[in-house]
Amino acid sequence: MRNIPTTSAARRTIGGALAALSLITLSACGGDDGDSSTGAVEELGENEGEVSILAWPGYVEDGSTDPEVDWVSSFEEETGCQVTSKVYGTSDEAFNLTKSGEYDVVAASGDLTLRMVAAGEAAEVNTDLIPNYEGIYDFLKDREWNTVDGKNYGIPHGYGANLLMYNTEDVTPAPTSWKAVFEDGPQHKGQVTAYDSPIYIADAAVYLMAHQPDLGIENPYSLDEKQLAAAVDLLKSQRASVGEYWSDYTKTQASFETGDTVVGTTWQVIANLIDPKKAKVEAILPSEGATGWNDTWMISSNAKSPNCAYAWLNHIADPEINAQATEYFGEAPNSDKACEFASEGHCETYHAGDEEYAEQIWFWNTPIEKCLDGRTDVKCTDYQDWTKAWAEIKG
Amino acid sequence: MTLSSVSSTLSRRPGIRLGLLLAAPLTWLVLVYVVALAALLVTAFWTIDSFTNELERTFTLDNIREITGQALYRTVTLRTIGVALLVTLIDCLIALPVGFYMAKVASRRSRHLLVIAFLMPLWASYLVKALAWRSLLSNGGLLDWAGGLFGLGTPGFGLTAIVLTQAYIWLPYVILPVYAAYERVPDSLLDAAGDLGARPALTFRTVVLPLVVPGLVAGSIFAFSLTMGDYITVNIVGGANQMLGNLVYINSGSNLPLAAAIALIPIFVIMIYLALVRRTGALENL
Repeated sequence: MRNIPTTSAARRTIGGALAALSLITLSACGGDDGDSSTGAVEELGENEGEVSILAWPGYVEDGSTDPEVDWVSSFEEETGCQVTSKVYGTSDEAFNLTKSGEYDVVAASGDLTLRMVAAGEAAEVNTDLIPNYEGIYDFLKDREWNTVDGKNYGIPHGYGANLLMYNTEDVTPAPTSWKAVFEDGPQHKGQVTAYDSPIYIADAAVYLMAHQPDLGIENPYSLDEKQLAAAVDLLKSQRASVGEYWSDYTKTQASFETGDTVVGTTWQVIANLIDPKKAKVEAILPSEGATGWNDTWMISSNAKSPNCAYAWLNHIADPEINAQATEYFGEAPNSDKACEFASEGHCETYHAGDEEYAEQIWFWNTPIEKCLDGRTDVKCTDYQDWTKAWAEIKG
Repeated sequence: MTLSSVSSTLSRRPGIRLGLLLAAPLTWLVLVYVVALAALLVTAFWTIDSFTNELERTFTLDNIREITGQALYRTVTLRTIGVALLVTLIDCLIALPVGFYMAKVASRRSRHLLVIAFLMPLWASYLVKALAWRSLLSNGGLLDWAGGLFGLGTPGFGLTAIVLTQAYIWLPYVILPVYAAYERVPDSLLDAAGDLGARPALTFRTVVLPLVVPGLVAGSIFAFSLTMGDYITVNIVGGANQMLGNLVYINSGSNLPLAAAIALIPIFVIMIYLALVRRTGALENL
């Protein structure tokens, strides 16, 4: 290392060349989006023969995970579109991947859909071209996470709530409110858990809506600076009781089983997976309501195979396929017809079609500067503010 | 040009020969490594459109101001450095006696067995090792049980767990260079020191240790820098804690420029560490 003679002049030259080179590379990478179009198509053409899909784990199964779990092969046979798919772990990761322009179809939660529409990554969807769209529950259609300015940007897939789970032996009396993880958190210091994502701030906002009405929160995804600060304060005080945050569902499952965690946020599928011999748990929808996810199949504005993309959207909305996919993931399907195909009890467990239940769920949405609750006199905090706040909460 | 004329040109011009030989690996190094890194660092001085999440390529110092001005980043940086130093210290304290035993005391056969034993964890995936520590540390896990015999419980998930797990994962990277350094210490020096009346402790301090320091320094660079950048172990056994790597990770999706700016902190810290190490002169003897 010491033997290479490098004069400072030579070093400067190399440094300059590198800097110039990196700038060239960067500007090349950041080129324009080409001929992307966000308008809806009027009619479909012939299938292109292939389609690439970006989705949550468990949404695009071709039998390679479990031979019994396969709804891709039938699609490939019927349409001649070969499927390539990639899974993602967080909405943020998915957003970066969609920008590559390599994916025709994206399965997106509400905290991603608006960002994709705003960035021009999502194409308007003509639902008339998707026969199975008709059967989908009306209360899932034309919602603020799939429809912008009256334009539809995708079809509903399934939904679920972020529930409150507790160990029935350790947490008594049985909680009915999120108070168990906020004010009452210190009773189980170090054994409380929460979802590890900035979007969890909305859970605190849901709680504040019920308990501090003078803050004037109308929508947990539409917080001005003062309201965000109140949510951050609540979460900072919760931080003292939190043993660990989770984003990987197997991690929280194991935590409840070993007793490291006794109370916290969960998904229904996690409650189902926990071995009753190891821990007795109960998952409830607390009195304040809850946040949840409501997923949408979207088509990329850069889609190379729009016809196959439409074919996939129709296929995955088919009641039988939808029942299979949502049951595998552990969420409510998108139509009554799907419930006929689902195993017995599935739709009851997940409260499919129960509008009253769904109304208590604040489905994940993307916080943006323009207040989602319609206020125009203040600027709302956006997802970046939430990300910074989340890092600050964890400290 | 015939083949022989090419070969004769090459034999007369060592410069061209060297250039052709190094062209491929150097291009790879520069493009894949240096340019990628430079691109990342340049990003730290850009900003992002909050609505579309698109990079805006205008020079700004906002991100740097943010990470130097806010208490959060100071706290997390100090925590990360503290953990990295502790991990390095623990690994060095284990590596010194173990390396000595392996190189100087153990029989040839058991030396080989020991080397294999310490290298074996490298065969397993990083994730498996971190997850194994998770089950060791959990409620009712092995540490809980063993600690219970002495009236202690498991330390649980948190900073202690991070230090233990990281110290375990990076241990082979410290033991190997230390062991190699001991191997290079001639036995005759030990004999001479003994003949001249030095007790074992004095021999170790004045004869062996100075010769082993370069190996120790090399090992400490591995343990320190690898811990500085880690975020996976923190996620698995760190409880509710976060380190610099986690801050980079959480921001990389929604605010790449800020993530890049945070990534500058460990680079800066490691540069200081290397500068300090260099002043001791240990790098010259590697």
